[in-house]
Amino acid sequence: VRIDAKEVLRIARLAHLDLAEEEIARLSAELSSILSHVEMLRSVDTQGVAETFHPLEYGGPMRADDTVASLGAAEATRGAPGGAAGAFLVPRIIG
Amino acid sequence: VSLPGAEWSPLLASAKALREGQVRARAVAESSLARARRVDASLAAFISLREDALLAEADDIDRRRAAGETLGPLAGVPVVLKDNILTRGHPTTAASRILDGFVPPYDATVVARLRGADALILGKTNLDEFAMGSSTENSAFGPSKNPWDPQRVPGGSSGGSCVAVASGVTAAALGSDTGGSIRLPASYCGTVGLKPTYGRVSRYGLVAFGSSLDQIGPITRTVEDAALLLGVIAGYDAHDSTSSAEPVPDYLAAARTDPAGLRIGVPREWIAAEGMDPEVLAAVRAAIDAAAKLGMEIREVSLPHARYAIPTYYIVATAEASANLARYDGVRFGLRVPADDLQSQYRATRSRGFGAEVKRRIMLGTYVLSSGYYDAYYAQASRVRTLVRRDFTDAFRDVDLLLAPTAPSPAFRIGEKADDPLAMYLSDVFTTTMNLAGIPALSLPCGFSRGGLPIGCQIIGPDFAEGTIFRAARALEESFGLADRHPTLA
Repeated sequence: VRIDAKEVLRIARLAHLDLAEEEIARLSAELSSILSHVEMLRSVDTQGVAETFHPLEYGGPMRADDTVASLGAAEATRGAPGGAAGAFLVPRIIG
Repeated sequence: VSLPGAEWSPLLASAKALREGQVRARAVAESSLARARRVDASLAAFISLREDALLAEADDIDRRRAAGETLGPLAGVPVVLKDNILTRGHPTTAASRILDGFVPPYDATVVARLRGADALILGKTNLDEFAMGSSTENSAFGPSKNPWDPQRVPGGSSGGSCVAVASGVTAAALGSDTGGSIRLPASYCGTVGLKPTYGRVSRYGLVAFGSSLDQIGPITRTVEDAALLLGVIAGYDAHDSTSSAEPVPDYLAAARTDPAGLRIGVPREWIAAEGMDPEVLAAVRAAIDAAAKLGMEIREVSLPHARYAIPTYYIVATAEASANLARYDGVRFGLRVPADDLQSQYRATRSRGFGAEVKRRIMLGTYVLSSGYYDAYYAQASRVRTLVRRDFTDAFRDVDLLLAPTAPSPAFRIGEKADDPLAMYLSDVFTTTMNLAGIPALSLPCGFSRGGLPIGCQIIGPDFAEGTIFRAARALEESFGLADRHPTLA
């Protein structure tokens, strides 16, 4: 498996990461090496085998669908960077 | 005043002494805090300590005891937490710059349960950033060091918690285990460490890494202490939809039950594994002999798909991590690197806030989930995961528990694997399998290398068989006779 610089940049864009030149080169080598190791999974016969996305076969219990108190806006936004009380601030989106 | 040697007192004994008023919570807290500072200076076990708050809470315990109030089972006992477990009003960093300045507005359920048992939170321990690593070298705060040899890693990612317990700061710690992050450092540091069954302990308030794999568990010096601590933190929690309603049994009683007659399986693939250190192999073989002498019946079993665990794990875990870590974007908490538009702010914040290993895993996870690759990687890994779990279901038809090594070698040198991510991932070759299957496993100290490094073995059970694991582990622990062996601090 060969993950070239162009592919590294495609993934970085999806992952919202800016990469320096040396990071691109390093990740290209490392991802290629890790994905080559992972290649061995292709040889496993999984015909008719269902996926496991979750180890709980029995499913979790359901909670009662009741309204309960939660944090509240003031508490939830208290530590927000550059925030105003009760709100999250982001750069202007609409011009 | 605490007695000399009190730093090695088991949780069970300290809790009893505190409950009966033989020792004051204030004295225990002060000596534990002093030892924490000393250990931190040489081994970098902590990210933060709760100094004033701890002493005030200890005074409160003493006052309540003097007033004749009924106290919880861990009243006044100091406990440390891996710093990816949320503590209300006290910073939680996950050892990442991206959580710089984050002060959680709520306690994790395990913290609420510890506080409910009147335990005292001494501090937050070092880890690999977002629990991604096997050595604690990936911490934004620098690596922790192994108490048996400070040139070596303590293992990871719950390295700081294991260092604190192994070096006598506290008798109990909590860690989290996504692919071996409790068991690997437990084996490198010579402590007991348990990854419970998926769903046994609430994950509410645990900084999410791989949500179908993560579990919080106890790290202690003795098996009974792990049983006691699990009993406090386990059980259903309405805040975690994956927490189980399975009743919590009396784990201490289970630990004290004679293990004779238990059927122990030895996985053929793991006892003949390539690259296994001969001293680890000898120690695990001695543990198997010890189990037989205790009346347990030894059988060979096979886990034919275990060899696929590492590649399966590194697809499933990184896919889940890439989704979980999307929330760190500089908007709601932690670091923000301001930029003119939102997309640039996301990228600037994430690029500065995440360390190299976290970026590598986000990239890998994003790739395996991306359009055109999903079926070849993530879906195939999820099908192999079914086969991995099925191996255990088959094995547990014939045996009650499995016995295996925890890690292929004792602790390695700091820096030794830092430039080779794949070699680092292979440290988890015997541990990730149980996270994929969701089943419980405990690492128990079972010997030392000639160089004086601890070696651990794993006792593995089917879903919710923690009691049976403790039952075998406590008897084995006694037969190994290592309880009085402790590292010497600088």
